[in-house]
Amino acid sequence: MNARSSHPPAVRTTCPYCGVGCGVLASPDGNGGAAIAGDPVHPANDGRLCSKGSALGETLALERRLLHPMLRRADGSLDRIDWDTALDKVAGGFRAIAERDGPGAIAFYLSGQLLTEDYYVANKLMKGFLGSSNVDTNSRLCMASSVAGHRRAFGADTVPGTYRDIDEADLIVLVGSNAAWCHPILYQRMIAAKRERGARLVVIDPRRTASAAEADLFLPIAPGMDTALYCGLLSHLADTLALDYAYIDAHTAGFVDALARAREIAADVASTARATALQEADVARFFDLFRATERVVTCFSQGVNQSAQGTDKVNAIINVHLASGRIGRPGMGPFSLTGQPNAMGGREVGGLANQLAAHMDFAPDAVDRVRRFWRAPHMATRGGLKAVDLFEAIARGTIKALWVMATNPAVSLPRAGAVREALKKLDLFVVSENVLHNDTVDAGAHVLLPAAAWGEKSGTVTNSERRISRQRAFLPLPGEARPDWWIVSEVARRLGFGASFDYRHPADVFREHAALSAFENDGKRDFDIGALAQLSDEAYDALDPVMWPARAAEPQQERRFFSAGGFFTDDGRARFVAPRPPDPRHAYDEAHPLRLNTGRVRDQWHTMTRTGSSPRLGAHLPEPFVEIGPADAKAHKLADGGFAKVVTRHGSAILKVSVAAGQRRGSIFAPIHWSGANSSDGRVGAMVTAATDPFSGQPDLKATSARVQRVGFASRGFALTRHPIELPAAAWFARVAVAGGEGLLFATNEPAGRWHELAKRLMPPDAELAEYVDPQRGVVRVAAFRAGRLDGCIFVGPAAAPPHWDALRALFEAQSVTESDRRVLLSGRSAEGLAETGPVICACYGVGLSAIRNAIAAGTAASVADIGRLLRAGTNCGSCLPELRGILARTSKTAKSRAA
Amino acid sequence: MSEPLVIIGNGMAAARLCEELAQRSLGRYAIAVIGREPELAYNRILLSSVLSGEVPARDTLLKPANWWRDRGVTLCYGAPVTAVDIPARQVMLAGGSKLDFAKLVFATGSRAIRLPVPGAELPGVLTFRDLADVASISRAAHRGTRVVVIGGGLLGIEAAYGLAKAGARVTLVHLMDRLMERQLDARAASMLKRAVEAKGIEVLLDTETARFTGDSRVEAVEFKDGRRIAAEMVVVAVGIKPNAEIAAACGVAVNRGIMVDDRLAASKSDVFAIGECAEHRGVCYGLVEPANEQAHVLAERLAGRDLRYGGSVNATNLKVSGVHVFSAGDFLGAAGTESIVFADAGLRTYKKLVVAGGRLVGAVLYGDTIDAPWYLELMRSGAQIDSFRHDLVFGRALAERRAA
Repeated sequence: MNARSSHPPAVRTTCPYCGVGCGVLASPDGNGGAAIAGDPVHPANDGRLCSKGSALGETLALERRLLHPMLRRADGSLDRIDWDTALDKVAGGFRAIAERDGPGAIAFYLSGQLLTEDYYVANKLMKGFLGSSNVDTNSRLCMASSVAGHRRAFGADTVPGTYRDIDEADLIVLVGSNAAWCHPILYQRMIAAKRERGARLVVIDPRRTASAAEADLFLPIAPGMDTALYCGLLSHLADTLALDYAYIDAHTAGFVDALARAREIAADVASTARATALQEADVARFFDLFRATERVVTCFSQGVNQSAQGTDKVNAIINVHLASGRIGRPGMGPFSLTGQPNAMGGREVGGLANQLAAHMDFAPDAVDRVRRFWRAPHMATRGGLKAVDLFEAIARGTIKALWVMATNPAVSLPRAGAVREALKKLDLFVVSENVLHNDTVDAGAHVLLPAAAWGEKSGTVTNSERRISRQRAFLPLPGEARPDWWIVSEVARRLGFGASFDYRHPADVFREHAALSAFENDGKRDFDIGALAQLSDEAYDALDPVMWPARAAEPQQERRFFSAGGFFTDDGRARFVAPRPPDPRHAYDEAHPLRLNTGRVRDQWHTMTRTGSSPRLGAHLPEPFVEIGPADAKAHKLADGGFAKVVTRHGSAILKVSVAAGQRRGSIFAPIHWSGANSSDGRVGAMVTAATDPFSGQPDLKATSARVQRVGFASRGFALTRHPIELPAAAWFARVAVAGGEGLLFATNEPAGRWHELAKRLMPPDAELAEYVDPQRGVVRVAAFRAGRLDGCIFVGPAAAPPHWDALRALFEAQSVTESDRRVLLSGRSAEGLAETGPVICACYGVGLSAIRNAIAAGTAASVADIGRLLRAGTNCGSCLPELRGILARTSKTAKSRAA
Repeated sequence: MSEPLVIIGNGMAAARLCEELAQRSLGRYAIAVIGREPELAYNRILLSSVLSGEVPARDTLLKPANWWRDRGVTLCYGAPVTAVDIPARQVMLAGGSKLDFAKLVFATGSRAIRLPVPGAELPGVLTFRDLADVASISRAAHRGTRVVVIGGGLLGIEAAYGLAKAGARVTLVHLMDRLMERQLDARAASMLKRAVEAKGIEVLLDTETARFTGDSRVEAVEFKDGRRIAAEMVVVAVGIKPNAEIAAACGVAVNRGIMVDDRLAASKSDVFAIGECAEHRGVCYGLVEPANEQAHVLAERLAGRDLRYGGSVNATNLKVSGVHVFSAGDFLGAAGTESIVFADAGLRTYKKLVVAGGRLVGAVLYGDTIDAPWYLELMRSGAQIDSFRHDLVFGRALAERRAA
C-alpha cells in the first residue's frame, strides 16, 4: 500500500445496494465524506463498481438525516425526545397492545437493507419473546417467489451455484432480469464471459431493456409467459432426448407429472411460440442453444419473482435444470439474482413471516429447537402475515402496533396509497430510519428512531452467491443515531428480556446467529455457518468474505450444491413441480386495457432515500416516467417528452412520457423509485395491484391493468435552489439532487405572467435578482445571486420548448460566477467561447475595451485613426476619441515597459 | 472649372459632408463653409466632458485647420450669413462680402430653446449648446456653486453631470415624471435617476418652473407648486429649435425645419439641407447619427449618384462617463408589439427589446449597451429574429455562436 500515513487507511466494506454485494473501499476525508473505490480483492467485483456504487460518496451528507429520536405531537408536528423516553414509549406500547389484543396485533416490517445482526435481533425478539410471527420484510416484494421455488424444489432456500458459474458458463440466459441496470457488475462478468470464452447471452424479457443490447438472442416474450417458454423447453429437451435421466432417477421425484404438465402448456416449438408470442425461429434457436450447451446458467430476477405466478415460473426454470442435470456443476444452474444487499441475510435469519430462523420453518421440532436455543419464553408456533396481508390487517384494524425498520412501505408496497392510509390507523407506529422525511414517516409515524446508516453501522450482509461480507463503519455515528441491533435490544431489555439481548457488539449477535445455524444441524439444513460461531471480536472485525455453508467440521471453501443430489427434502430428492398453466390475463380489466409493468432505472435505488441525494445519479433519468411503445403512444395521442396520467383501479400517477420502440404493444413501464417526498405525482406503487403469488405471497408488481391519458401542461421549467422550495399546489414536479442544493423539474399550467412574481418570491429575499421575461413566448427566467455566487434560479418556458438546465447546474455548483457568465446566464447557456468584451468604449459601434486593447497590443493599431479603421470605434459621434487616446497612451506604455 | 458649393454652418454635419465629398468628388466642387461661431468645427457631444474638465476644449476639434486647407475648403468662420439671394445664386455675409454658389447646403443646426418664463433673461440663466455656453458656465461655476439645471433630457443630464463633476451643487429639474421620457421607459429612467443621484445630483421630477428671480442676476428658481430653491446659476436645456430663419427669409419652404425630400433637396433647386436644421418626412433629428447619414447621402448625390435618404431610426446614446444608456425605435412598445426584458440589478443592466411581426422595432438598453449597434442594424434591416429570439437580448456573440 502506498497510502500516505496522514490519511487513515481505506475501510473495507460492502455496497448497500443490490444483491451482487460488491466490496467497497471507503477512505474517510475527515469531514464526514469519503472517497469510494471498488475493493480489488473482493470476489464479487474484483475492484469494479457500478454508477450507484461509485456515487456512494455523494450520499453521506447529513442534511436530510434523522439524527434524534422524535415523537409526534397531537398537532402532527415532531418533537425531539431522548432515547430513554423513545425506547420506553416503544417497549411500553408494544407490551400494552400485545397484552390487550394478543400478539397477533403487533408486527415488525423489516428490510433487506438491514444487516444480518439487526435482522437476527428483531426476528428473535418478535418470534421468541413477543410470541408473534408477524415479522415480514420488503424482501417479500423482491425474491419471495425464489425462496418458495427453492423450497419446493430443493427442500430449502438454497442458491445452488456461485458467481464463478457465470464466468464459466457457455450460455447465460437472463429471464426477467435487466442485469445491465440492476446488477451491473454481475452483468459485466457476463459480458466478460462472452468476450473471453465466447459465451452466448440470451435475454428473455417483454421489454427490450439495456441488457438486451448485448444479447446474442433477445426473446421479447409475451408478459407472464416465462413458464410456457420453460415448459416448452422441457418438452423439447425430452423430445430430443437431451435430458439427464440418470440424474432424474437418482436425485429427483415428480418428473413424469411435471413433463406431462409441461407438454400440456407447451408441447413443442410451435406451441411455445404461440403461447409466448415469439417467432418460431427464435424459440427454436433458443431451444437448440440450450440443448447444445452443457454449461448453462439461467439467471432470473424480478421479472420472474414479482408475479402472481412467480413461484411456478421459478420452478419451471428449475425443472429444466434438474431434468438436464445442469445444476451444481461449474458453469451451470438456476441462479436467483437477489435484489437487495442483504435479502439473503434476512432469509438466513428467518426474517420472513413464513420462516422461523436459520432456514427453519414452523415445524414443531424446529420451533422446539429454536425455543431451546433461545431459551425463549413465548415462541410463535406458526407463520405470520406476509407483507401484503400484514398491511391489509393494519387497514382492517387487526394489527395495531407496527415497527418499520429501514424501508419505505408507503411507497413500495402495492396499493401504496391504501397502505399510506392504513398506517394512520395504527395505535403505535414506530419507524427506525435514516431520513427525517419519507412517505412512510410522513404517513404519521408516532415514534421515529434514528438508525445508523451505511458507513456508520457495522455487521454482515450476504449476497446472491451466499457470500457473507462485512459492512464496516468508517464514519462516526452522527447525532444520536444508533445501530438497529442496539435499538431493538434496548427495547427487549425494557420488555424484561435483557438477559437474552445482552449484546455489546454486533459480533455477539453474529456468533449467536452462527451457533443457531449449526445447532442440531448435522447436515440436515443447508444454512450452516457453525465455523464462524467462535469468532473473536477481532476475527469478526477482520472477517474476509466467506461463502456458506461454513460448517464447523469442514475446511472452508466455495461450494456448490446438488451436483450429486443431497437435497434438503425428507428423502433427499429434489421435487419437480408441475406448474399451473400461465394466466397472464388474471388481472385484465376492459376499462384498463394496458398492462403496467414496473421496475428500476440504472442510477436509482428503491425509493431514492440514499441515491436521491447524489447529483451524479440524479442526472441520468431525473423525472418519473412511463415508457410506452410508438403505436400505443400514437393511439393515445402521447408524445415523447410530454406527460400522461396513468390510471389503475388503485390509483394514478402523472408521468413523463418516454416513447420507446423496445416497449411492446399493450404494455407500459414505469420505474418504482419516485415518491411523495420527491415528486408531485410519481407514486407508481400506489397504482399497482395487490394480487399475490399463492405460494410466496409476493405481489405481482408487473401486471396491473392500466389506462393512460394525455396530460397537457402549458409550461415546463426547472428550479435550482440552495434550500427546498414549494411550488404552487397544481404544479407537477420531480426533485433532483444537485451539488450544493436542490433541483426541481416541473410542469405547470400557471400563466407565465404569474410565474414572474412567483419566481421572484421563491428566491432568497436578500439576493440580487436578475430576470429575463418574454411574456408572449411564455418565458420567465429569474436568477438570484449572493456574494458573487449563483444562489438560485427558476426557468419557465413553453412546454413545447422547455428550458434545459445543464449550463445552469454547472454555474450553480461553481463557487463563483464570472461577469461574462452572468451576462448570458439567463439564456440558459454558458459563456464558454464568448470573448470578454470589457466595458463599452465606443457606444455607437459597440466596441469594448478588450477589443481596443487587443488591437493595440497586437501592433495593428498605433493611432486613434487606426482604431477607427480597424474597429470603427470613434468614427461616428467621436465622443469616445479622448478616451481612445487615453487607452492608446496607457496600453502602449504598458507594452513598452513590458518590452523593457 | 469647379462648381462653387456653399455650406452654411460649420458644425458636425458640415464637417462630415466635407469629409464625404473629399473622398468622392475632390475637385468637382469649390467648397466654402461659413460658420457663425468663431471656431473651427468641433464635436458638440463633448461639451459636457469639457464642462466637467475631463476633456480640454482643444480636444473637441473635429478637424485641424490644415485638414480643411489640404482639401481645398474655404473656411469663413465667425462670419454670420445675413441673407441669401437664391435667384442670384449669392450668399451675403455680415460685413458685406458676397459668395456665389451653384449649389447651396444649409447645415445651420439648431439652438437651445429658452424658457418662456419671467426672469429668463436674468444674468446667470444660461443655455448649454456651444463652446461659448460652456465657457460662460465654467466662468460662473465654482466648487460648491448652486446650479439648477432645467430639463431632464439628454442635454440637461449631460450638463448636470458636467457641472457636478466640476464640483457644483446641482439640482436637475424636469417637467415630466421620468428622465429622458422621449428615449426611456419608466424602468430605465428610474435606473438612470438612481445613477444620476449617485453622482450627487438632486433630481426633481414633475416640477414645472414658474420663474427665475433675482436682483441683478439670478438668485432662485420658483416652481409652479410653490417650491423655491436658491440658485447662483441656472442652465436651461429644455429642447432645441432648428436654425431655419435665413432659409425661410429667402423663400425656402420651412415648417419646423427646412423641409427636404428623400434627396435632401429643399423647395428651391440646387438648395439642400442636412442635420438638425432639416425636416425630413416631418421629422427634425436632434442627433449626430442622422446628420452623418444625411451627409453621406448628400455627398453621394452631389457626386452624381442617385442615393436616397429614407429617414433614420431614432437612436440615442447617452454619453456620460460610467452610465451607458441606449434607446432606439419604438422603445415603449406600442399596442400589438411584444417586449422581451432582461434585467440584472447586480450588473446594473436593463434591456428591453420590442418586437413586432418577428422583427426588432425598438430597444432600450441601460448598463450593458455593447450590442446597441447590432440591435440598430436589425431594426434598420428589418431582419426576422424568430430563429434567435431567445438569444437576442443576450447579444450578438451568443446568438452567432449558436448559428456557427
